[in-house]
Amino acid sequence: MAEPWQKAEIPGPKKALVIKNPEVVPAMIKKAKRPIFIVGHEAAEVDLGDKKPIDHVIRIARAAKIPVVATAQTVAEFLKRDFQPDAWMSAMDIGTRLTDPEWSVSGEGGPHDLALLLGIPYYMEWVIESGLKSFVPNLRTISLNRFYQPHCSWSFPNLSLKDWHKNLEIIAQKVEGK
Amino acid sequence: MGSKARIKLDELETDLVRAKGLELTIGKIIEEWEEEAGPTPMPEMEALREWDLKLLNKYKPFYLPFCDLCCLCTMGKCDLSQGKRGACGLDMAAQQSRIVLLACCIGAATHCGHARHLFDHLMEKYGRNYPINVGEENVEVEAPHLRLVTGIKPRRLGDLEDALDYCETEIVHLLSATHTGQEGNNLDFESKVFHAGMIDHVAMEIADIAQISTYGFPKADPEAPLAEIGMGSIDASKPVILVIGHNVPPAIGIMDYLKERGLEGNIELCGLCCSAHDITRHHSRAKIVGPLSWQLRFVRNGIPDVIVTDEQCIRADILIEAQKVKAPLIATNPKNSQGLSNRTLDSADEIVRDLVEGKSPGAFIVDPEKVGEVAVRVAMEVAPKRNKFKVIPVKKEIINAAKRCTKCDQCRRACPNDLPIPEAMEAAAKGDLQKFADLYDSCIGCGRCEGVCPKDLLPHTMMIGASRSKIKEEKSKIRVGRGAIQDIEIRRVGSPIVLGEIPGIVAFVGCSNYPGSWKDVGSMVDEFAKRRYIITASGCSAMSIANYKNEEGVGLYETYSGVFDAGGLVNVGSCVANAHITGAAIKIASIFAKRKLRANYEEIADYIHNRVGAVGVAWGAMSQKAASIASGCWRLGIPVIVGPHGSKYRRMLLGRKDREEDWYVLDARSGKRVYAGPTPEHLFCTAETKEEAMVMIPKLCMRPNDTTKGRAIKLNHYIDLHRRLYGILPDDIHLFVRSVADIPITMKDEVMAVLKEKGWKEGEIPDPTLVPRLIRVKKE
Repeated sequence: MAEPWQKAEIPGPKKALVIKNPEVVPAMIKKAKRPIFIVGHEAAEVDLGDKKPIDHVIRIARAAKIPVVATAQTVAEFLKRDFQPDAWMSAMDIGTRLTDPEWSVSGEGGPHDLALLLGIPYYMEWVIESGLKSFVPNLRTISLNRFYQPHCSWSFPNLSLKDWHKNLEIIAQKVEGK
Repeated sequence: MGSKARIKLDELETDLVRAKGLELTIGKIIEEWEEEAGPTPMPEMEALREWDLKLLNKYKPFYLPFCDLCCLCTMGKCDLSQGKRGACGLDMAAQQSRIVLLACCIGAATHCGHARHLFDHLMEKYGRNYPINVGEENVEVEAPHLRLVTGIKPRRLGDLEDALDYCETEIVHLLSATHTGQEGNNLDFESKVFHAGMIDHVAMEIADIAQISTYGFPKADPEAPLAEIGMGSIDASKPVILVIGHNVPPAIGIMDYLKERGLEGNIELCGLCCSAHDITRHHSRAKIVGPLSWQLRFVRNGIPDVIVTDEQCIRADILIEAQKVKAPLIATNPKNSQGLSNRTLDSADEIVRDLVEGKSPGAFIVDPEKVGEVAVRVAMEVAPKRNKFKVIPVKKEIINAAKRCTKCDQCRRACPNDLPIPEAMEAAAKGDLQKFADLYDSCIGCGRCEGVCPKDLLPHTMMIGASRSKIKEEKSKIRVGRGAIQDIEIRRVGSPIVLGEIPGIVAFVGCSNYPGSWKDVGSMVDEFAKRRYIITASGCSAMSIANYKNEEGVGLYETYSGVFDAGGLVNVGSCVANAHITGAAIKIASIFAKRKLRANYEEIADYIHNRVGAVGVAWGAMSQKAASIASGCWRLGIPVIVGPHGSKYRRMLLGRKDREEDWYVLDARSGKRVYAGPTPEHLFCTAETKEEAMVMIPKLCMRPNDTTKGRAIKLNHYIDLHRRLYGILPDDIHLFVRSVADIPITMKDEVMAVLKEKGWKEGEIPDPTLVPRLIRVKKE
């Protein structure tokens, strides 16, 4: 049983399942018909030693061909890494678009059925995921942030930087087929 | 308008009747004024519903529930997640909008209660016939909100009473709509949210024009004096009286007593939060300590000898904090009496003796004059005894405490900003306090880190101890709150604002619940003032702006003029002075565009929404008052950006720029539907970072009415900031370019390339309105 990182963040009866084994994430990505990756500015701020979380995002998105939506100024960080996100908009803009059953980032193929989130400030992410939980019944959400996010469908538990890095590396390697 | 006629006869004797002590009250005397009344005098909650739904159709709510549950009645708790309804039948969308309405009712009631308290006090002190004067001959439209909403043109203090009665009635009705078994539709709740916001601005205006008129505050003066601000500016060698809150009469009582006794130079009077603004408006030699988040750091430093509280934004544990530093507390407002004995009827001598001898930790006194005498006398007697007793540890104590830290992370997990306190502890244990000092600017001063430590360490206090040099250097200047905007200023900027040539009015308002450093607010102001936007400020934000120094080390209020004009930085004053900011937008419609103002809300809001490029930025919005202030902006069609913590208001109002059908307006000249682009794109949105806010601001200042020259100027700022901060051209330029003449000349080639790629087609510039009755049909 995981605890929310900010301890007063009590979600209600439905809480995120804990990702104990990061290898389930590639399996869920593979199973999804129309996944989307939402990436906030903290993805380029946290130092994981030789990498930043955004570097893992790029590997995962490229290998699994997941469209990426960058929030805030994160688009600049992607461009610095020669990666063109599919769209950039505020976290609230992407949140509200996901509640629209006719919207997808490409404009084709119907709504997204899986959203991966990384790098949005903890408390902003939890309210957005809470909105998605309540108003988009067919969307599953996976938080790839370092701390447990109770409102999404699946989340890591609270992790050390080292374990977070390790988990992201395992996911990236798996989707890359290594 | 609205005064009652009272006839009082001590003795009456006629053929028919003999009476003693006869008192008659005859209804109300309606004083007409030159402007004809519009369609909605004193609108009830359904009167502007159609207008609200027009806005809500364009800016749809995106709900962000705090949790899955409703726990407001005994049938609950009810799980409302994933389409479920509660025992009362309410769904999640309606529940979230109901909570937003509750928050806005709390906010509006707080301002209205504040206004009522001030009004009653000032009526007693100055009388019903005291003239309303907010700007001498420079301000003819003295109360734009009152005129617009209630139809009242107040000439005398007593004229405010009917408007106040109206506000109170509406707030009661709105609050009653949140009861179980009342409203069930989320959009109807949202319409009521807008109503609460509109009422809130009327109440704020009443409070501020009453105090400006009577207390000698600056009257719309762009050259209002500069006052000192910052913890380092407080002269701790003198007895110090600290006032905290928003409702200024007790602080005025202190200043009057000091003046009467010739003690002004002997006592240091300073304030936190909006009472601080208002003491400097009364007397610019009073000082501001800082925003509400500075409470713990200032009190624990032991500087105040007496703490005087009034209402709003005061820490609930202020008495405990005051006791820690042995400073007596005087509570002055029944809304916040802190469990203290009511000493209002006791003699000042008795109260002073009890407080000085420590027989009581404080006193509750509701008479402002008595507060003045007691506070001053106690400060003078207590100061030598206290000797600035403080509870801040010295370096050695911090190091020893840090050595006990087990790095359990509980402090960090309790911190709203997730500050790396354990890392600061680790460094401090090795003798390095710098990491603690580095937290200082991003700490919102809540003290939650201290309640959770299993080792009873006090991280917040340790941080203050590690930040001594920063605190000493905290000295700046703030331009005293000037109140209203002059009519002549409105005439000067009306045309360039409406045509878009002044790129926008940006109001930095609200609390200090910042997501990071408070300096971010100052740096945003500096950027947009340099870009020749009109900057307005109020409340805690106005204080954070003052503390910020530019690259040359000069404060922003010393750098930019206080004139309401391009490149000006206008501090209107305390929270209730926010009414002057929205009031300026209303005055643009009324004075510059000559739209009828009196009881004509929909037309004025339609004008503002389509033509006045104004945006509010509440970077650290925390309170229910901030929510109701924002909702007053929404009903006028003015967008508001909040910082990341503002996402916890649980609902955004977002446009969808990708839905072309949402962005048509009516051309008032022809009645034709014209695509006007997503201008403004949102009504309420959280920005994740300062950088995102800086890109949103110029975008949200665009309006359908912009001329080509104006749109080119606005686009220039949007594209420039987007490219600088996001490293790429915006992907939505084509939505804002109506003709080639809209394109900033220096960006023509690259913008044209984007337009070509997007398949852009030339559009037209309408005379925009959302209200069909405002279409001017040509006579045959």
